[in-house]
Amino acid sequence: MRFIFKTSYDQDIRLAKHSGHVFWYGLLLAALALAPFVLPVFWSSLITMVMIYGIVGLGLMLLSGFTGLFSIGHAAFMGVGAYMQAVLTALGWPFPIALLCSMGAAAIVGAVVGLPALRVRGLYLAIATLAFAFIVEEVLVRWESVTGGNRGLAVGMINLFGWKTSSPTVFYYICMVLALLATLGALNLLRSPTGRAFVAIRDSEVSAQSMGVTLAYYKTLSFAVSAALAGLGGALSAHMLRFITPDQFGIVQSIDLLLIVMIGGLGSVHGAFFGSIFLILTPQAIALAKGFLPPAIGQTVGLQSVVYGLVLMAFVLFEPTGIYGRWMKIRIWFALAPLYRRGLLKRQRSFQKTDRLA
Amino acid sequence: MSANALLSVENLSVRFGGLAAVSDISFDVQRREVFTLIGPNGAGKTTVLNLISRIYHPSAGNIHFDGHRITGLKPDGVARLGIARTFQNIELFQHASVLQNLLIGRHTRRYGNFWQHLFFTPAVREAEHAARAKVEEIIDLLELQHYRDTIIAGLPYGVRKVVELARALCVEPRLLLLDEPSSGLNAEETNDLAFWIDDIREELGTTILMVEHDMTLVSRVSDRVLAMNHGELVALGSPDEVKSHPGVIEAYLGSGREVSALRRPKR
Amino acid sequence: MAQAGGDGVHFLQQVINGIAQGCIYGLIAIGFVLIYKATETVSFVQGELMMLGAFLGLVLITVLGIPYWLAIPSTLLAMVAFGILLERVAISPILGEPTFSIVMLTLGIGYVARGAVMMVPQLGTELQVLPVPYRDQSVVFGGLIIGVERLVVLAATALLCLLLFLMFRFTRIGIAMQAASQNQAAAYYMGIPVRRLNGLVWGMASGVAAIAGLLLAPIVMIDSNMGFIGLKAFPAAVVGGMASLPGAVVGGVIIGVIESLAGYTLPEGFKDVAAYVVVLIMLMIRPNGLFGDQVRKKV
Repeated sequence: MRFIFKTSYDQDIRLAKHSGHVFWYGLLLAALALAPFVLPVFWSSLITMVMIYGIVGLGLMLLSGFTGLFSIGHAAFMGVGAYMQAVLTALGWPFPIALLCSMGAAAIVGAVVGLPALRVRGLYLAIATLAFAFIVEEVLVRWESVTGGNRGLAVGMINLFGWKTSSPTVFYYICMVLALLATLGALNLLRSPTGRAFVAIRDSEVSAQSMGVTLAYYKTLSFAVSAALAGLGGALSAHMLRFITPDQFGIVQSIDLLLIVMIGGLGSVHGAFFGSIFLILTPQAIALAKGFLPPAIGQTVGLQSVVYGLVLMAFVLFEPTGIYGRWMKIRIWFALAPLYRRGLLKRQRSFQKTDRLA
Repeated sequence: MSANALLSVENLSVRFGGLAAVSDISFDVQRREVFTLIGPNGAGKTTVLNLISRIYHPSAGNIHFDGHRITGLKPDGVARLGIARTFQNIELFQHASVLQNLLIGRHTRRYGNFWQHLFFTPAVREAEHAARAKVEEIIDLLELQHYRDTIIAGLPYGVRKVVELARALCVEPRLLLLDEPSSGLNAEETNDLAFWIDDIREELGTTILMVEHDMTLVSRVSDRVLAMNHGELVALGSPDEVKSHPGVIEAYLGSGREVSALRRPKR
Repeated sequence: MAQAGGDGVHFLQQVINGIAQGCIYGLIAIGFVLIYKATETVSFVQGELMMLGAFLGLVLITVLGIPYWLAIPSTLLAMVAFGILLERVAISPILGEPTFSIVMLTLGIGYVARGAVMMVPQLGTELQVLPVPYRDQSVVFGGLIIGVERLVVLAATALLCLLLFLMFRFTRIGIAMQAASQNQAAAYYMGIPVRRLNGLVWGMASGVAAIAGLLLAPIVMIDSNMGFIGLKAFPAAVVGGMASLPGAVVGGVIIGVIESLAGYTLPEGFKDVAAYVVVLIMLMIRPNGLFGDQVRKKV
């Protein structure tokens, strides 16, 4: 078991807390960097998808996991980013500039969606985000002159200041770098006063305010940042899919994003990527398992939905802290054995008492 | 409002629906004073504190802090002016460590805008070091070293109360509002609290306005006391004056005749 | 759309259709509000329960050949039992967990329900029609032509509301439910079987959703995605006031009428988002809804 003697503040502040962190994450990065050369294109494309959805999951995790504001229409921000990217690419704009604009557009929409957060909270806020998501989707459908409506929109190749490419390997590295930058950015925010303000708002709005946290600013900021990340993911997935339609960014996808943060582990950066891995790999696992299942079950359209639902229910009932939570518990078990006590991490039950006056 | 008054409350009233929770309360708090609000349960003491820290909005009256009119400010506004508070039912950030809670107390002194935080510039790192150093001073004062990295949810009640106090001190406030700081503490912890209140006043120069039930503590640390009942002011003066005020005795114990019936005959 | 008897009549036609549709939203919202009022639990599964009710009715009538007048009560009973079972197995273990967990659980149940229905061969994968005795009949009233299925919706909703009102006002169970919803620990101390009541509440919500499904099925087609209509129950509940049963119905009717008129007067696409625009406006000007109550946390 590793015990860290702390002699400087930096040991708490820095991202890699000890040599073990440096080793294992370095190994992970090296493996990711080598993957396109070692794995067939199909698998490295899957990893690309994992990274893209990891970025979106990161955004939602910042908003819901760390600031406590629940957004059940988050795929709408992906849609804004995706369509902005498609339109700008068609106009000939270079990839990086288009990307920044897509993120910016998504951030602005995010700030607008965040306006109800200044007046209402909890369930009401969630319903407001749902309402916005439907409205955004409808706008994408009706604004046919720009988006092509339900007929869909083709997405051009990545245009890096003249050099156009549609190579999956180049795209893989672009996504990897962006995922890395997004993660570092999120980690930086979380160890700074901004991140602390987010967590304060999640845990107690009243006392956050009493400590000087301006709720309006930080709630709007959280919405904008998480929408920008979702927009980034949307823009990247637009290039991946090459053809986008409004129904790719609807309520079903929004619930899938919630799946990511819940199953991954609410309130952790790791959770965004664990959840993303789950979301992307499960259909593949089902496809592999189909051969072993009787046709009545294996060949149906509904199997994926049932699997998602059962896994989600299982996590909520048995492991609310998600994959990351379970992983931490396993690590603690190994670190503490044989002194691990069964009740160490048990949640306390509480009686429900309403805050309502009627 | 007299020259040395840090806080001035004038004709403060608030109604919730048909109920007048606070009626026409006026008082001054002098600099470096320990001023206590007492009264039976439901008297409106915590409501006065909530009005001053701007969680509630008054129906009438004004509040001035160091010459500024704060009646219209939001809670984060008064925190920036230098007013910090603790809560009756602990409102700590449950899923964060003690250290994280205290660091949020430094929010009004934070450095850097969103972009600087996003890139975690060296200047932001320096500011983090400075914030950590300041927080450590408070940890030393209140002896919280053992609990620095513990998550709040895992702490005993008495320790949480101390962390509440510590977090408010990290704001480096000029006025500290304490809401029943000794409730739930045993005799030894209350003793510590009395010393800390003295220390806070002497070493940090902070003015304290507190709501309290524990009369021993009140007599020991307070300079002046205000007694309330049913939202109204009953008595204002030194602890001894207020304790022997007939209106105060009646509020707590009942009418004078009943009280004298309780007195033991002298030998 | 053919004009029949002038604009005024046509307008009224739209309003009545809107009211009928709104009653469906209201019925789903009733289930939602029942659960929310009783347990402060947010249930996103009402739409799926509606869909399951419609499907069960379909199976009983078309596959098993049970006559309509027997199939309806059977479906109802089965769905009530299913709701109680669901509460016992899935919901009560996690009571007390943060709202988000419970919402995710109900979303998960929704996933399973949709998927399971889609797995049923033939029936689950194609659009289905529910055979009802009053199919394709209409009543003519002045210049108005009203489909009987819509009248049935209105009548059934009114009846159900009356029954619920009587139950909460005059029966012990109703009063016990209110007590448990306000302070669970105190209700336990008073000898109220809180857990059993919670099961009953879910059973009721499931039953009401099933009724909504059986009423809606003749108007639209049945398919596994039918449950998404249930998402409009949330705007209905917000407009009415999240913890108010009459509010749920009133909110639903308001949404239904506005939706119908939007489809009639405004360009394409506004009809689909009308409900959501209304809820956003409501949240900005009066978050507690028309019949809502104040929430204030004491610090």
